[in-house]
Amino acid sequence: MSITKTLLGRRDLADIISTVEFNHTGELLATGDKGGRVVIFQREPESKNAPHSQGEYDVYSTFQSHEPEFDYLKSLEIEEKINKIKWLPQQNAAHSLLSTNDKTIKLWKITERDKRPEGYNLKDEEGKLKDLSTVTSLQVPVLKPMDLMVEVSPRRIFANGHTYHINSISVNSDCETYMSADDLRINLWHLAITDRSFNIVDIKPANMEDLTEVITASEFHPHHCNLFVYSSSKGSLRLCDMRAAALCDKHSKLFEEPEDPSNRSFFSEIISSVSDVKFSHSGRYMLTRDYLTVKVWDLNMEARPIETYQVHDYLRSKLCSLYENDCIFDKFECAWNGSDSVIMTGAYNNFFRMFDRNTKRDVTLEASRESSKPRAVLKPRRVCVGGKRRRDDISVDSLDFTKKILHTAWHPAENIIAIAATNNLYIFQDKVNSDMH
Amino acid sequence: MNPCPCFFRLGKGRRGSIRFLSPPVFLSSDLQLLQWGSEGSLNHRDRNSTPQPLLNPRGGLLPCCPGAGRGRGLGAGREAVTSSRRRKNMAGASGLGTGPGAAGGDGDDSLYPIAVLIDELRNEDVQPPLENLATVEETVVRDKAVESLRQISQEHTPVALEAYFVPLVKRLASGDWFTSRTSACGLFSVCYPRASNAVKAEIRQQFRSLCSDDTPMVRRAAASKLGEFAKVLELDSVKSEIVPLFTNLASDEQDSVRLLAVEACVSIAQLLSQDDLETLVMPTLRQAAEDKSWRVRYMVADKFSELQKAMGPKITLNDLIPAFQNLLKDCEAEVRAAAAHKVKELGENLPIEDRETIIMNQILPYIKELVSDTNQHVKSALASVIMGLSTILGKENTIEHLLPLFLAQLKDECPEVRLNIISNLDCVNEVIGIRQLSQSLLPAIVELAEDAKWRVRLAIIEYMPLLAGQLGVEFFDEKLNSLCMAWLVDHVYAIREAATNNLMKLVQKFGTEWAQNTIVPKVLVMANDPNYLHRMTTLFCINALSEACGQEITTKQMLPIVLKMAGDQVANVRFNVAKSLQKIGPILDTNALQGEVKPVLQKLGQDEDMDVKYFAQEAISVVAQRLRKLDFPVKDSGEPSVPRADKNHFPRPRVPGEDTGKGPVYPLHGDTRDTLAQLEIAELVHFSQSRD
Repeated sequence: MSITKTLLGRRDLADIISTVEFNHTGELLATGDKGGRVVIFQREPESKNAPHSQGEYDVYSTFQSHEPEFDYLKSLEIEEKINKIKWLPQQNAAHSLLSTNDKTIKLWKITERDKRPEGYNLKDEEGKLKDLSTVTSLQVPVLKPMDLMVEVSPRRIFANGHTYHINSISVNSDCETYMSADDLRINLWHLAITDRSFNIVDIKPANMEDLTEVITASEFHPHHCNLFVYSSSKGSLRLCDMRAAALCDKHSKLFEEPEDPSNRSFFSEIISSVSDVKFSHSGRYMLTRDYLTVKVWDLNMEARPIETYQVHDYLRSKLCSLYENDCIFDKFECAWNGSDSVIMTGAYNNFFRMFDRNTKRDVTLEASRESSKPRAVLKPRRVCVGGKRRRDDISVDSLDFTKKILHTAWHPAENIIAIAATNNLYIFQDKVNSDMH
Repeated sequence: MNPCPCFFRLGKGRRGSIRFLSPPVFLSSDLQLLQWGSEGSLNHRDRNSTPQPLLNPRGGLLPCCPGAGRGRGLGAGREAVTSSRRRKNMAGASGLGTGPGAAGGDGDDSLYPIAVLIDELRNEDVQPPLENLATVEETVVRDKAVESLRQISQEHTPVALEAYFVPLVKRLASGDWFTSRTSACGLFSVCYPRASNAVKAEIRQQFRSLCSDDTPMVRRAAASKLGEFAKVLELDSVKSEIVPLFTNLASDEQDSVRLLAVEACVSIAQLLSQDDLETLVMPTLRQAAEDKSWRVRYMVADKFSELQKAMGPKITLNDLIPAFQNLLKDCEAEVRAAAAHKVKELGENLPIEDRETIIMNQILPYIKELVSDTNQHVKSALASVIMGLSTILGKENTIEHLLPLFLAQLKDECPEVRLNIISNLDCVNEVIGIRQLSQSLLPAIVELAEDAKWRVRLAIIEYMPLLAGQLGVEFFDEKLNSLCMAWLVDHVYAIREAATNNLMKLVQKFGTEWAQNTIVPKVLVMANDPNYLHRMTTLFCINALSEACGQEITTKQMLPIVLKMAGDQVANVRFNVAKSLQKIGPILDTNALQGEVKPVLQKLGQDEDMDVKYFAQEAISVVAQRLRKLDFPVKDSGEPSVPRADKNHFPRPRVPGEDTGKGPVYPLHGDTRDTLAQLEIAELVHFSQSRD
């Protein structure tokens, strides 16, 4: 893998990237940050003269999606941080995406414009209304060419559907509905209807003191419009079938790994909380991330995952200090590659991990400005555990826990990955015919 | 297109009414539609948040547009954009024959609407405007464009249709984006009947390919137009082509497609003979009724009456009734509720000679179980129609079989169920008389009347006049009168308001004598209540009752009380006295007006409180007008000179920041210690939109 671009750089809290998402073709990549902004990158078309420039992503458009708000009824500040972005399947020349903060989901449309209408009857060049008494004849406005402009416009605002914080949104394969999940409930929305949503899952106990479990992530099946999955803080996955009933409070399948009594500790429950769940492109498998591992589940086997990969098992002995500095609650995401053969997830010290499911090989790579120059090949990194320490190895104690890679995305077809390391976005690309994996 | 039809529970997370953070692109003012035609312009507006009441000040001009130039490019485009605006703003105005010339005369005025349209359409859209509009991503715009295209197609000659219209449909049907293909689905049926045979074959071919389109959106559009297309096809083609398409769509992998096929089933069934139905349609319908997805089964339940009519009595008896029984005991509550809604219609559509036996033997057992269903939506759906069965089953069956069910539902724990029964009492009254029910009715009513939810109380108040009429004065006085009086001192304003209106209706029903003996004394006693809200209720009651009670009672009993209250220490009461005097003025005679009302109003006109002064002066001018009219009775046109007092409407300019909602006077003057008053205002403002 070689780095193609390091983008964004100012060290500013608002700049911290909070989500990364490729669109369905991979031509566009959207990031959201804590400041409520969405930045869209577009892949430059391949040019024959400079083969190297192929696949470079450049800023296409930037816009403010959410603003900080205040809920006066509940005396609650609503952060502008973008929690998730999801692209809609393209319906015409324009692109659309959903972005959400803790409470409000917005549908944005991104269009290109290279013509501008001029000669309106009722408004002047600046768009102000003309005095009607001066309008004595009619003219047809004409389109004049202008520089290409990317225009982003808000199409819908889906507000007031959630009492708790929205952690995920997912567009259904019927292209007509999407769902949004908060800590205790999942709502189903029609993409065209903003004033109505349907609650399909509600795990809120009658008495909040009985609360033992919250929803951490959810996703629709990529092909079957009736299936969706949600993960919980107890480490279980629930698959629901919307055909069976209007309310999916009862799951159809429960994926849960029996707890190993020998490993039981104070932290067992915290580290088993699922922070992300993703269906494979084929729809056959699900990928989950908990604090120390990534797991692959087969939809047909509920009892245990078919594969478990250790992301940073060396932290198991450090859980106590990770608990004290709150790192144990970090929510790492995970991603599939286009052919579902490789999985990727983030770790600390700006490391991210990849696991090849076929060869069972794994690799740790680092996303940092110092170690990666454009077009240089990334060197695998190793964290040394115990005695033997090789050159370039890093000891567990010197890992920087403030540098964490929570958000990652993999191009839907090619080996291009986007890594968000706090306020930096790295885009790495497979060398032509590289042997990486 | 059909948004997913069939959920009813709103997001549980939602509290109170829905707030829009910015104009919802979809449902807001009619004006918005204009902006859609020209994509992108919306965006400028949103960004700069410039206000857009472009048309509002001159909305009246708009009738110029429709009716003009129908059938050709621009004119038709106009139709597309303006038609929905017409629906709301100028219902009926389009029929007045106002062409563009009609508004002539004043130069810019007549240009205005056209200018708006030209600006909105711009030349890129003017070229083939509807074809463009039929491909935009906003469903509403597309649907309107298709609607207009369908109208235009009727204006084409068959030759022009094939030369221009059919190619357009083909272009849309083979468009790159699904938006144009979905639009095409709606256009096949209008060009098919008048096309030549060769073109017909092509059209059928294209429709076939859209039915198996890759995107579910197009398949949904095709499924929803399948029935309509089938109607214009030759019977042979229906059998050979539509039925296979229908079968395919009905087994689509997406349930959102399958459920639309159920709708198509109704239209297709109407075209086929009984034998064909049995072999071609029934297998698919049976499958739909047992579909894995509750949404498809819901659709079958929801369309049951139509299906029943289309399939005819024989299939109904053999197939549909058993299917219906299954739907009534479906595992999904939404489906049971939809089926329960159809119970009455099902009965009405059965052949008269057999329906009693069919319902008694095949449906009633299931209904009996639904009465104690676990889901309240199901029970209340049933409660809203079950009374209708009594007319079908006749007196004896009703008493023997239905009455126990009614009684059980009157005791149901869910207020909605009880309300639905009570609101349909008239059906059963015709068959067996309400007395049969009164024993159970009363406790049910009393309980609803004291329900903790004020909306429930409000709902039951609205049925009081009806109940009063059916139960008679005696029963009413004995059992219900006290309830009606209790509502007058409810702590929620909406209830007190409804209670005063209720009194008025009761007086209209039972007459003035009854009012004088039972209502008026009790109302007037409240004038001395320590709570100023209750004292005001007296005034509101007088406002409502004076007309129904007539001059004598008003002058002799009510007026003295009103006048006495002019000295109240709470300003709200005093200015409501002024308003009441204005309201009852027309009923009083000159002497009372001149001798009693006028001095009091003049005194109030000097009040230290500006609101009291304001309303007193308003009342004085109205009363003075009235006095003048009485002096010169020739001019009396019979038109009441008093403007309809509307307590929501305050004619004077509002102070900025002042709430313009109901009774802004409370926050101004309300005794701060009276927290109830404050609370209920909050409640009113908060829930004014939605009822839960």
